[in-house]
Amino acid sequence: MIALERRRQPSRVWTWAAPLAAVVLTMILGGAMFAALGVAPLEAIRTIFWDPLFNPQFASYSRPQLLVKAGPLILIAIGLSLGFRAGIWNIGAEGQYIMGAICGAGAGLAFYPASSVLIFPMMVLAGALGGWAWAMIPAILKTRFGTNEILVSLMLVYVAESILASVSSGLLRNPDGMGFPGSRNLREWGSAANNELIADTGMHWGVVAAFVAVILTYVLLTRHIQGFNIRLSGEAPRAARFSGVSPARVVIFCLGTAGALAGLAGFFEVSGPAGQISIDFNSGYGFTAIIVAFLGRLHPVGILLAGLLMALTYIGGELAQLMLGVPGASIQLFQGMLLFCLLGVDVFTNYRLRLSRGETA
Amino acid sequence: MESINPILLIASIMVSATPILLAAIGETVVERSGVLNLGVEGMMITGAVVGFAVAVNSGSPGAGFAAAALASAVLSLSFGVLTQLLLSNQVATGLGLTLVGLGLSALIGKPYEGMKSPTLPKLDLGPLSDLPILGRILFSHDIMVYLSIALVAAVWAVLKFTRAGLILRAVGENHDAAHALGYKVVRIRLMAIFFGGACAGLGGAYLSLVRVPQWTEGMTAGAGWIALAIVVFASWRPWRVLIGAYLFGGVTVLQLNLQAAGADVPVAILSASPYLVTILVLVIISARGVHGAPGSLGRPFHPGL
Repeated sequence: MIALERRRQPSRVWTWAAPLAAVVLTMILGGAMFAALGVAPLEAIRTIFWDPLFNPQFASYSRPQLLVKAGPLILIAIGLSLGFRAGIWNIGAEGQYIMGAICGAGAGLAFYPASSVLIFPMMVLAGALGGWAWAMIPAILKTRFGTNEILVSLMLVYVAESILASVSSGLLRNPDGMGFPGSRNLREWGSAANNELIADTGMHWGVVAAFVAVILTYVLLTRHIQGFNIRLSGEAPRAARFSGVSPARVVIFCLGTAGALAGLAGFFEVSGPAGQISIDFNSGYGFTAIIVAFLGRLHPVGILLAGLLMALTYIGGELAQLMLGVPGASIQLFQGMLLFCLLGVDVFTNYRLRLSRGETA
Repeated sequence: MESINPILLIASIMVSATPILLAAIGETVVERSGVLNLGVEGMMITGAVVGFAVAVNSGSPGAGFAAAALASAVLSLSFGVLTQLLLSNQVATGLGLTLVGLGLSALIGKPYEGMKSPTLPKLDLGPLSDLPILGRILFSHDIMVYLSIALVAAVWAVLKFTRAGLILRAVGENHDAAHALGYKVVRIRLMAIFFGGACAGLGGAYLSLVRVPQWTEGMTAGAGWIALAIVVFASWRPWRVLIGAYLFGGVTVLQLNLQAAGADVPVAILSASPYLVTILVLVIISARGVHGAPGSLGRPFHPGL
């Protein structure tokens, strides 16, 4: 009989190997899924993971897209990872992302069509504040009343979606848009546009913010007392309380940071790649970022790599839809499978397999 | 505002509450066994699409419901294997289950968009259905409405009066003690997860076959999460789950009717109201303090060797 035996310490090898094993396992399972859909599995995997980067025909278009998609994913996942480390489950990043976009775009559009270098920084600030405020709702309810932050943050996603629908056909609707829903296009307004900083790289301010967030979070977690407190709260909540860490402060800090970062991601998206507030502005980055955070092992550098990989599945997935006629939903399923595989493989980080005679169960 | 007929309104509450009620009563059993499965949304939507597809192809809504229950239960076993055998984090795995379910349902459902399915006939309960007012409100629904209430009664009776229910609760309250007494913690939990999956599948199928009745991508729109909230609201007790589900059904129906009647309230607030009410209820419940969550809820079980 095979039994699991707890390791004294998490395996260092498996800490690194588990995400890689999960990716390989997902490729195998995903290949089987593509085969079931009537697509040559190897070709599908190659189209998703190889062609966007190295195929001479597509790479020039899709390489810049890598940073465009990875930017928001990394930014959101970094924020989520802080909370996940402390055992605080903010799964409403999608809502914070939407509110950041609405607040950032709204603050800017109030000054349309003024021209000033101050407008963009103000919008960045408004975006971060919007996401922060939206995340403060579950944070304060949790610290004041002990309300479950998982359910509250998720319910707020739906509330944010109805606000998005309302403002894109009401408050923020483009007055020159002939009555169609959707705001003015921010990319056509120099003061508010978040354009590429270096041509053909996909590098925009959101990507810069993502890299800065990775570095700052790394420093926070390894060099700062607050980072230590966060880790302690997650790994040994009782010990944390005895050593004087205030659980409420950790909740407020983690949810607040996650909200602000998700809000930033939303704003950089609306002022850059998306261009305008519209009813279907949000595309699920807030949920995919949960996968990114886990795949990156809640570690800033890991999240950076995981964000790039997940961005690749988005771009490769679009390519596979175009070239092989793979249904779009199969990519979504593929990403979900990746999380499942990771969670399954992760058992080897904390346990080892042992063959036993079976008389002791 | 005169266009809202109170009798029809109350009657439609029962219909709109049934999907959440089915999912919530299943999750109650799962959580009473000490497992927190956050994948209800994913299982519901899988049930919705499988039920719809099978009903369209077979022409029989009954077959649709059966297939939905089976499909969601099998899907829930993936959660069971990961959390119970491979000891993964239940919160993360539940989220993963929701993401997988949403992707899977969109994949299966693509060809069925815009189709019509056979729906359940209303039961004819003879003289009961002909009663004035009460007949229309209580006795003129399809069979699933009554089955869902019967299920609540059954879960209540099993948990309260039977040995199986006692064992399930023991496992949920303290899995180490239950293990020491010789109960198969993992096996019992897997069965509970399977049951919860089947119930969520039925709820999803009710949504796509009766309540709407159509398939659209992402059609559960948070119903699974509301079901999770109802379990908390109900303090893990079956009859309170029924009350909770009908309360939320009421809010949903009322806001839809207000929208249709063109009430002088912004649409954004109306369509967000079920979620806002959920938050409000969660706050009130949590502000009251201790409320009887199973002792081992969400904790992984490893019978150290």
